[in-house]
Amino acid sequence: MYTASDLRKGLRIKMENDPYIVTEFNFVKPGKGQALYRCKLKNMINGNQFERTFRSVDIFEAADLQEKKMSYLYQEEGKFCFMDNESYEQIFLSEDQVGEAKNFLLDNIEAEILLFEDRPLGVSLPNFIDVIVTKADPWAKGDSVSGNTKPVTIQTGYQLQVPPFIEEGEKIRIDTRSGEYLTRVKG
Amino acid sequence: MIEDDSWRLIVRADALHLRARIIQAIRRFFQDRNFLEIDTPIRIPAPAPELHIDAFATETWFLNTSPELCMKRLLAAGYSRIFQICKCFRAGERGDRHLPEFTMLEWYRAGVDYRTLMDDCEALITTVATEISLDGVVSWQGQKISLNAPWERISVRDAFARYATISAAEALRTDRFDEILACEIEPQLGMEIPVFLYDYPVEHGALARVKETDPGIAERFELYIAGLELANAFSELVDAGEQRRRFAEASRDRKRKGSPAYPIPERFLQALPRMSPSAGIALGVDRLVMLLADKPRIDDVVAFTPESL
Repeated sequence: MYTASDLRKGLRIKMENDPYIVTEFNFVKPGKGQALYRCKLKNMINGNQFERTFRSVDIFEAADLQEKKMSYLYQEEGKFCFMDNESYEQIFLSEDQVGEAKNFLLDNIEAEILLFEDRPLGVSLPNFIDVIVTKADPWAKGDSVSGNTKPVTIQTGYQLQVPPFIEEGEKIRIDTRSGEYLTRVKG
Repeated sequence: MIEDDSWRLIVRADALHLRARIIQAIRRFFQDRNFLEIDTPIRIPAPAPELHIDAFATETWFLNTSPELCMKRLLAAGYSRIFQICKCFRAGERGDRHLPEFTMLEWYRAGVDYRTLMDDCEALITTVATEISLDGVVSWQGQKISLNAPWERISVRDAFARYATISAAEALRTDRFDEILACEIEPQLGMEIPVFLYDYPVEHGALARVKETDPGIAERFELYIAGLELANAFSELVDAGEQRRRFAEASRDRKRKGSPAYPIPERFLQALPRMSPSAGIALGVDRLVMLLADKPRIDDVVAFTPESL
């Protein structure tokens, strides 16, 4: 069981027998008023989205989803192929089902495939992954404390903002949930 | 060589410098007007019981959710112009505009009502903006807001009529007042000039004086700029019997909701009869910095959030 204060982006809840994922979340509270939890929810089976505002007294069931460890193999015509490491069974996810995870699909990366009654619905990646910076402007020395960031590209083609001292070819750690830079990885 | 852990602090440098200048400008503003700066305890035995504000417990006492009770005891003792900048704590409040530990500015004046505090707000924010070289116009997330006085003043009833899908009375009756206010009205307030939203239903003004001409209305206002709620003000309730009754009601409602109970702040209630008609206001300093620094999230204007500790 979850209460409204557990709501956050990525939480999966069950409503009217369907699994939903919270795709946007905001805590709002008018002065002296009650806490409100504004969510955008996506039906994980048919993809329908809607907004709903919850209150702190609201409770939710967790969505009853199975997770299976699979490895990412390849992408072809908008389909993303994963393979079960034990049975060698292969499944396909659409671009929509993969969502933002597609920015971080490294070759052979091990991911959790979500299943609802044996139907693949989505993928969740490890929270932190290490990636190589494939494109970055050189660091203008002396610019280290100005608070500036610069855009870099990683091996999947994804772009993000990093501190100015990150150079091409370096390895960095990314939080796959927010898509944000965390730290430089040595060695 | 920069330690990578410092990165989140480094990108905040501009905002933290601006924050310091804003707080210095606030202090100067009140010193120039003969307000006495006060420092009341952060840890208190009894916060004001309010239905929707939860305090953190520390042993048997609490971290203050606002310094208001101690500030009003000072008013009751004859201090007529006082201000304070302090940390306040509210459990369970975390979002783009909320931190469970935040910085509050409160000021109180004897012998005036909430209308004088509206004038104070205009003067304070205009003065602070000028001191950080903003020229009468604030830009927040693409929205340009003119600070030229007088600012807009609209009653809660009129704001519901203008911006909401249902009336204030209907919203109260169906227990949707907060929801309509937060979702339909607030995002539209103060987009061209700052707005004072005033005269709240009496059940939404727990420590506010009731309007002489209308017993259903509390003399309370909120200041909004660019949809950001910045300040909450009251003509202070000085009727100790009425205040005790409202505290008891709030305590009952908290109990019904399953919220922790707080002791009744007896010393505050004992001092209240000595308090002359006064007005007081609380302004969120972090949100003022968000506005003036043009930052979308409260996280951007503090060095550390709970998550980064």
